[in-house]
Amino acid sequence: MSSNSASLVSLQKSVKQLRKEAGFRRIKVSQAAEDLKKFCLDNAQKDPLLMGVPSSDNPFRPPKSCALL
Amino acid sequence: MEMAAQPSDTLATLKTESETLKTKLEEERAKLHDVELHQVAEKTEALGQFIMKTRRTLKGHGNKVLCLDWCKDKRRIVSSSQDGKVIVWDAFTTNKEHAVTMPCTWVMACAYAPSGCAVACGGLDNKCSVYPLSLDKNENLAAKKKSVAMHTNYLSACCFTNSDMQILTSSGDGTCALWDVESGQMLQSFHGHAADVLCLDLAPSETGNTFVSGGCDKKSCVWDMRTGQCVQSFETHESDINSVRYYPSGDAFASGSDDATCRLYDLRADREVAIYSKESIIFGASSVDFSLSGRLLFGGYNDYTINVWDVLKGTRVSILFGHENRVSTLRISPDGTAFCSGSWDHTLRVWA
Repeated sequence: MSSNSASLVSLQKSVKQLRKEAGFRRIKVSQAAEDLKKFCLDNAQKDPLLMGVPSSDNPFRPPKSCALL
Repeated sequence: MEMAAQPSDTLATLKTESETLKTKLEEERAKLHDVELHQVAEKTEALGQFIMKTRRTLKGHGNKVLCLDWCKDKRRIVSSSQDGKVIVWDAFTTNKEHAVTMPCTWVMACAYAPSGCAVACGGLDNKCSVYPLSLDKNENLAAKKKSVAMHTNYLSACCFTNSDMQILTSSGDGTCALWDVESGQMLQSFHGHAADVLCLDLAPSETGNTFVSGGCDKKSCVWDMRTGQCVQSFETHESDINSVRYYPSGDAFASGSDDATCRLYDLRADREVAIYSKESIIFGASSVDFSLSGRLLFGGYNDYTINVWDVLKGTRVSILFGHENRVSTLRISPDGTAFCSGSWDHTLRVWA
């Protein structure tokens, strides 16, 4: 394949992809941002790293026990 | 498949159309850019001080740790290293449960199967292989090895889909692919990156059959797994994208790059909506992951630190020291109680 026809095919693919992306239905950032924020706040209580979890509930927090048998 | 060139499809007309479409895309995206994420989060309560410490240090690799993945049981971790070894750890006790020696060095990718019964790994061998994990500690795991994926350059990332039956891979050959584990057959391939693909992440199962990839072409792409098509792409980073991770709702994803920034892209707004950066952070971000609620973004960096970002406000809430060389990989545990980081200092650290 000559480099000219290779560039042509590549450009055709690229234009086809751009046409597809141009037709994408987008929403406003304000709407998207509100939804991201809502998800964070709705799930905050269930996020152990965010809320901090008492040592008794976090398997990694208490130091690993040395079993002296 | 030969694409018959139309008389009008000369290089010049296509180039013009390409430019016109790119400009139109930017304009369309800009029209909907009515506010910044951190502005929407202005009234949100600020996060307090975080005390996160290293709770476990996993020592045993003989060289740089390159990748890690958690088992769904929330306690086992698989890690892979430049020394060619893949180790399965019990993170609670720090015991090594399994070790496999790969036939190559630089095992850049590893993943735990959803069942917890197997691990997948690969790197400079250009393959992704699956090793069933035996309950018999004395059994030679390498004997049961199954070669699944074959690329024409290094394997950079791999992950099982929702079952042990399929694996998604990304490669230095510029492609991603979906494979059937049992037969080793390629089910779908994903072409569109112009250079090495360095990372990928599967969308949360509720979101449907898509995944995101990032590469050396500074682009991140969202793919439809059934059709092989790229449905959205983003090009705002200024250097290689080392890591991509979906926001827990599936509506956005974060990326970490050699340009020293992490960025958040919203899929429905189809644009970048936040940049996590500081003038003092000048080294690349190698690995990113979200806390369970998506409020915190953890980034491992090449300056040996881990920066913790408030995803909504765009500010850094904590900086974690401990590793003695680059942080190369970082993952939150499945129940969100801890996260694990792997480093070029040969160790893994579990933080909580």
